[in-house]
Amino acid sequence: MQGLQTKGLTLQYGNQTIIDCLDFDIPLGKITVLVGANGSGKSTLLRSLARLLNPASGEILLDAQKLHSMSTKQIAKQLAILPQGPVAPEGITVQQLVKQGRYPHQSWFQQWSKKDEMLVEQALEATQLSALKDRPVDALSGGQRQRAWIAMTLAQETPIILLDEPTTYLDMTHQIELLDFLFELNRQSKRTVVMVLHDLNLACRYADHLVAIHNKKVAIEGAPEEIVTSQMVEEIFQLKAIIQKDPYFGTPLCIPNGKGRYIK
Amino acid sequence: MLHSIQFKTVGLIFLVGLVGVLYFCSLAMGQTSISFPLALEVITNYDPNNEAHIIVATSRLARATIALTVGIALAIAGILIQSLTRNPLAAPDLLGINAGAIFFIVFALTWLNMQSLTQYMWFGFLGAAVAAVGVFLLSNIGRDGVTPMKVILAGTALSAFFISFTQGMLVLDEQSIQTVLFWLAGSIAGRDVQMLFDVLPLLVIAIIVSGFMGKAMNIFSSGDDVAKSLGQNVAILKLLMGGLIIVLAGGSVAIVGSIGFIGLIVPHIAKGLVGNDYRWMIPYGACIGAALLIAADILARFLISPMEVPIGVMTAFIGGPFFIYLAKKGVSRQ
Amino acid sequence: MKYWNMRLFQSKASFQLSRKWLVTLITGLLLLLVIFMLSLSAGSNYVSPIDVLRQLFNQTDEFTFVIETLRLPRVLLAILVGAALGVSGLILQSIVRNPLASPDIIGITSGASFGAVLFITLATGVISMAFLPLAAICGGLLTASLIYMLSWNKGVTPVRLVLIGIGISAILKSGVTFLLVFSDTYIASKAYIWLTGSLYAATWQDVMSLSCWLLIPLPTILWLGRSMNVTELGDDVAISMGIRLQRQRFLFLACAVLLAGSAAAFVGGIEFVGLMAPHIARRLVGRSFIGLVPITAIIGALLVLVADLIARTMFLPLDIPAGVFTAAIGAPFFIFLLFRTRNR
Repeated sequence: MQGLQTKGLTLQYGNQTIIDCLDFDIPLGKITVLVGANGSGKSTLLRSLARLLNPASGEILLDAQKLHSMSTKQIAKQLAILPQGPVAPEGITVQQLVKQGRYPHQSWFQQWSKKDEMLVEQALEATQLSALKDRPVDALSGGQRQRAWIAMTLAQETPIILLDEPTTYLDMTHQIELLDFLFELNRQSKRTVVMVLHDLNLACRYADHLVAIHNKKVAIEGAPEEIVTSQMVEEIFQLKAIIQKDPYFGTPLCIPNGKGRYIK
Repeated sequence: MLHSIQFKTVGLIFLVGLVGVLYFCSLAMGQTSISFPLALEVITNYDPNNEAHIIVATSRLARATIALTVGIALAIAGILIQSLTRNPLAAPDLLGINAGAIFFIVFALTWLNMQSLTQYMWFGFLGAAVAAVGVFLLSNIGRDGVTPMKVILAGTALSAFFISFTQGMLVLDEQSIQTVLFWLAGSIAGRDVQMLFDVLPLLVIAIIVSGFMGKAMNIFSSGDDVAKSLGQNVAILKLLMGGLIIVLAGGSVAIVGSIGFIGLIVPHIAKGLVGNDYRWMIPYGACIGAALLIAADILARFLISPMEVPIGVMTAFIGGPFFIYLAKKGVSRQ
Repeated sequence: MKYWNMRLFQSKASFQLSRKWLVTLITGLLLLLVIFMLSLSAGSNYVSPIDVLRQLFNQTDEFTFVIETLRLPRVLLAILVGAALGVSGLILQSIVRNPLASPDIIGITSGASFGAVLFITLATGVISMAFLPLAAICGGLLTASLIYMLSWNKGVTPVRLVLIGIGISAILKSGVTFLLVFSDTYIASKAYIWLTGSLYAATWQDVMSLSCWLLIPLPTILWLGRSMNVTELGDDVAISMGIRLQRQRFLFLACAVLLAGSAAAFVGGIEFVGLMAPHIARRLVGRSFIGLVPITAIIGALLVLVADLIARTMFLPLDIPAGVFTAAIGAPFFIFLLFRTRNR
């Protein structure tokens, strides 16, 4: 079995159980989106998949190998994560940041091979940052900054990329731009993308595979058009909503009930 | 925690009583033990021919009074500074305010040939003010504004800066090392009462003004933006709090030198007793600070008798571990 | 920024060099050489640079004592101490990810001070003062391990490390005061001069033993330095790039302690060098850690050398501790730092 899997995974913060005895697989070559209410543990789950958090019990398997028995550098060549709200050191330039992504592939004698150079350039180009490569990261706009970090994870050249709420703090334009970019990345180079998103409608539009976390478990998973129903939304988010088809994309569109102006 | 107003009042009365008892202990206990009634007589019925009376009147009375006043001043300065910086680890000594005051005083002592004690006090205030403004500016640099870590680091750096200059001046003037050192270490013994009388009016005013700040500080504690939207003039309040801190901390340093950690510990004890209500925290803190300092002073007389431990060293030995405990607890909660 | 890509041995080895770095390195070395010469000739007994050169390359009897016995060891010690303090500060700032961290601030120096003052007060006249450095290094190491253990809670976070360092340092400082107050005047002033940081009376033996101590951390810095750039991006990113974070942090901390502790052992507390040198270096050549190491070392050396030069020549016949002057340079620097960051 290829890709990421969990077997009886239990995650805890202190004595509080966040995820309880979870078995699930991340489909290869697809975009998987984790959704759930605040505090449901979706970010925690993502972090544990990237070994940033050790499981209290159970296993995470990467290509059928136990994650904790692999060397951390080996994992770094398979799997990259972009944590939530990363902060770049003062004054570091875009190019320098992206270069750091090559770290797992380098050694003491190979600090800057032709391949490194090529991949960094590709990553900069793919994220449309080539023109800005000598700018300090802290002088960029929010969207550009997030793209610079993503360029770094691209340079890491891993088949699997995990992103923890990559759209937080971005305005609508930048959100769409970023998700479009990840979509292209997945469709063109078949990289597995796993991310946590807050916006259910955007999740439905971009995800091949939607995973809803609720009550320390995966409540339901599958293609969004098959699993997103008003019943499901009520169960996961405790929100009454009507589910319709997006008039343009045809993906599920969640319209929450409630108050508001009503125009006939 | 004490919840009802009745309990809080009773607790406060108890604390005031405790301070009173400790005050008399401080008069009675020491190298020469004097009975309590005899110590009390000094105030009620002073006899200039009685040897015990002379000891109490000439040395112990001033000492106890200094401990009382400085304890209150430092505790309130601690409460104010923790509220102002919104940082549970802040204290005048940790933010370099004491070091700044000391530097200016030692400067005046060695270079300006200052004779009048009152002038030291003003140099103390000046130093405290320079250090406070410096720390504030320094901790404001960088993208994420004032964070607890930055305040502490800026304070420590500034302290290091003032201390090394102070040390430099002392190296040049070797004779004064011993006298100045004991004073630098923070000591209540052998202080001139005159010093206290010079500084006392200002300290008392600052303490009284602080006593009326409780309500405003309660509002301020919910954050600048919220306080502003509730109609508070945040800028003026901050300025006032800063001024009070400088007077309280600078004045204390001028009288007794650097006594650390009272300002750090006391606000936490007070908060533990009465919760986050500054109207109660300030009087509670004042009593606890006074009690702690008087008790530490009494202890300092007996620990390595016949010599005395500088009281600043005593409070650091108690307060250092407490700071570490707070750092461990506070950070793991984040 | 211009880079040169170096690919050697049929691309078996590859490096990237920035031109700025190379230029800075060479300029720094030249500047160091100039100040070095200046320090050898200046002093209460002026020796012209030509005579200094003559003395260095073929012995003249005339200046042997002044140059070889008095000035040369002092100047070399200043260079070594400055380099050690600078690199120690660089490492700490990178680990803690805070530009205000330095060995004096997080408590290593105060540990060394306590060890040394304890030794001076207890052992004066009993044990040879030659063991003073050992006492100071032990003090620094013990303090650092204590800080490390106390801040351990399933790993060490930078914030906890700094705060607990400050707490421990406060206790140790009052310990030092305690010792000073209870020793007699002669010992107190001796300890005091040591505390302020003085290069006075440096010997060849000091230079030799400090060099030996400084060699220990060097291999670790060279081998693991590469990973430091990634670590500066945050714990999560570092782990995700395959760095064994706790091991790295522990080793680097040990290096920083050895560097700062042994420097303090020979000259006492020279403050602010560990804070300033890395900043200046970063401003000159950017952020690559391994590239910063030699530049920071040079700048640290320059700072201490200049401070000592001023301290021993400006107030003749007094010989003021160099530590006072590093603090004097440190103050305007802090303000400079403040405004630079503000304008951005």
